[in-house]
Amino acid sequence: FCSSVPRLKKETVTLTFLMPDGERIETPAKVGDNLLDVVIENDVDIDGFGACEGTLACSTCHLILKPEHYAQLPEPPTDEELDMLDLAFDLQDTSRLGCQVVVTKNMEGWEVRVPAGVADAREPS
Amino acid sequence: SYCCRWGSSRSADPHVAIVGSGPAGFYTAQQIIKGHPTVRVDIYEKLPVPFGLVRFGVAPDHPEVKNCIHTFTQTAHRDRCSFIGNVQVGKDIKVADLQKAYTAVVLCHGSSNDRKLGIPGEDLPNVLSARSFVGWYNGLPEDVGLSVNLDCETAIVLGHGNVALDVARVLLTPIDILAKTDISDYSMDALSKSRIKKVVLVGRRGPLQVAFTIKELREMITLPKCRTVIDLLTLSSLNENIDELPRPRRRLTELLYNAAVNPPEKYTKIWNDATREWHLKFLRSPSEIVPTSSKEGPEAVKFIINMLEGDDDPLRRKAVPTDETDVIPCGLVLRSIGYKGVPLDETVPFDTSRGVIPNKKGRVDGFPGLYCSGWIAEGPVFVLAGAMNNAFATGKVVLEDLGSSKLSSENKGGKDAVLSALQQKGVKTVTFTDWEKIDQAEILLGEKAGKPREKIVSIKEMIRVASSE
Ligand SMILES: Cc1cc2nc3c(=O)[nH]c(=O)nc-3n(C[C@H](O)[C@H](O)[C@H](O)COP(=O)(O)OP(=O)(O)OC[C@H]3O[C@@H](n4cnc5c(N)ncnc54)[C@H](O)[C@@H]3O)c2cc1C
Ligand code: FES
Repeated sequence: FCSSVPRLKKETVTLTFLMPDGERIETPAKVGDNLLDVVIENDVDIDGFGACEGTLACSTCHLILKPEHYAQLPEPPTDEELDMLDLAFDLQDTSRLGCQVVVTKNMEGWEVRVPAGVADAREPS
Repeated sequence: SYCCRWGSSRSADPHVAIVGSGPAGFYTAQQIIKGHPTVRVDIYEKLPVPFGLVRFGVAPDHPEVKNCIHTFTQTAHRDRCSFIGNVQVGKDIKVADLQKAYTAVVLCHGSSNDRKLGIPGEDLPNVLSARSFVGWYNGLPEDVGLSVNLDCETAIVLGHGNVALDVARVLLTPIDILAKTDISDYSMDALSKSRIKKVVLVGRRGPLQVAFTIKELREMITLPKCRTVIDLLTLSSLNENIDELPRPRRRLTELLYNAAVNPPEKYTKIWNDATREWHLKFLRSPSEIVPTSSKEGPEAVKFIINMLEGDDDPLRRKAVPTDETDVIPCGLVLRSIGYKGVPLDETVPFDTSRGVIPNKKGRVDGFPGLYCSGWIAEGPVFVLAGAMNNAFATGKVVLEDLGSSKLSSENKGGKDAVLSALQQKGVKTVTFTDWEKIDQAEILLGEKAGKPREKIVSIKEMIRVASSE
């Protein structure tokens, strides 16, 4: 291994998505991608995930992290992310929007929970 | 495993008709196609163009919300899915006739009407429903001719929901920002000449009961060149119990409170060089819209001041009138107190007071093979994500019934039977490929004007482009 040679392949870690029905889906995740990219690239079958395509306008990419993992994320959620999260069903203290969480090297083996659905919290009238 | 579960006879492949091509229609179709190997799904739409309120409701400055159109387009491109536009179900074809031709019918036609206030002056010129105003700036064919007069300084918006914030924002957004959106050109014209400086949003309950959500509120507070003025009196009493609220309500209330009492510099910086402003007022029910002497529009709105009563849960307190009144002068009134569904025809059961089809988990009571989802099933209570969830749930129920031999697919003529009946009636239908011609034409028109698209707003012109080579 020579550090001066540019790496051709991006580094990857392995993540596990815990589906609402109990299924565990293990998938590679490229460092630098966000969790929405990971779901799409690996065809993880989550109904309706990422409806606004990562533009912070929907909350359908809601994921729940373990407290110890949540605490290790480099950046806390912005006000704008929290605003959208507030519309999510099954909101937890360790909830994040998948499109705002970037995969890092230390995420090897992390498990993220996919909540069962989304809330009907917003009355547009 | 599918073979055993669904049977292998192709002649009896199920056909599902969906009425309405908004999010509920498309997400229901997506779920049904995904969960069944041979089902055919046809989406009927009243207009020649698809996507419902995503095209005609969602504000032009929220293009991100419209990204769901990509998924809908993928669904429409599936070979087991057809879009059949320009068909008004209930008029061009009855729901009962669709039921004769299809194994199952799912009604997803949304809430196309709105609630009225029932007060004097409501029918004056320039007293408009927010729903029509939204249709007007979004190029909805039926609202293109709406007469909107922006030659006044103050507009009052009655209601504290997201639609109320949407219309206020459109009235107050700097014109160079709107110019880059797909807002329709005639409304852009009118808005560029607008003299409106102040929009007052008035609700009948208090700050803890507002129906709008925090994202939309923050957008208003940070709107360029616009100052936020929130009724102080009623907020000062909030301070003590904010901490006990559920997180979404707590964060929303904190934002309201801070913007009113203790705004951070990042907000005051915007407000300091503002040329326009919006006011948020609480605890007022409109009692009369006062006309100008010539009766060509409103001069003011009279309000009865309310207080909150009842319920230990502060979020559910009711507004009751006091003896006090208030008068706010204005030249434009937009009522934004709720969308309401209407029945397609007399054959379908309907709850007129709630404006929804009575249903259990999407199944219409007493009508085997008939289902509903989205706003027409639940009322206008959710954003896209909610309509999506509801549509997926209804889709799963339809799949369950298709698999349970509850429904018969024998002797169902499906699309062919319906299309020939429509043809006999002289109805010119529009396919998804036809829509894509309209889409391309709109994008081309938009390019010239430096915007993502210029919507074609006449049905006749839509049909002309759809039928072109
Ligand atoms: C002003 C406004 C702004 C909004 N902004 C946002 C936002 O920023 N973000 C967000 O997440 N959500 C927003 N929403 C909410 C979102 O638009 C709705 O949740 C969603 O569109 C509801 O879907 P639906 O399919 O039930 O109804 P609709 O979208 O209304 O679709 C119903 C469809 O049925 C068709 N139809 C009606 N009658 C017939 C008939 N007789 N025959 C055939 N077809 C028929 C209609 O033409 C329409 O295409 C907004 C809503 C409004 C009103
Ligand atoms: S994909 Fe919409 S907020 Fe993340």
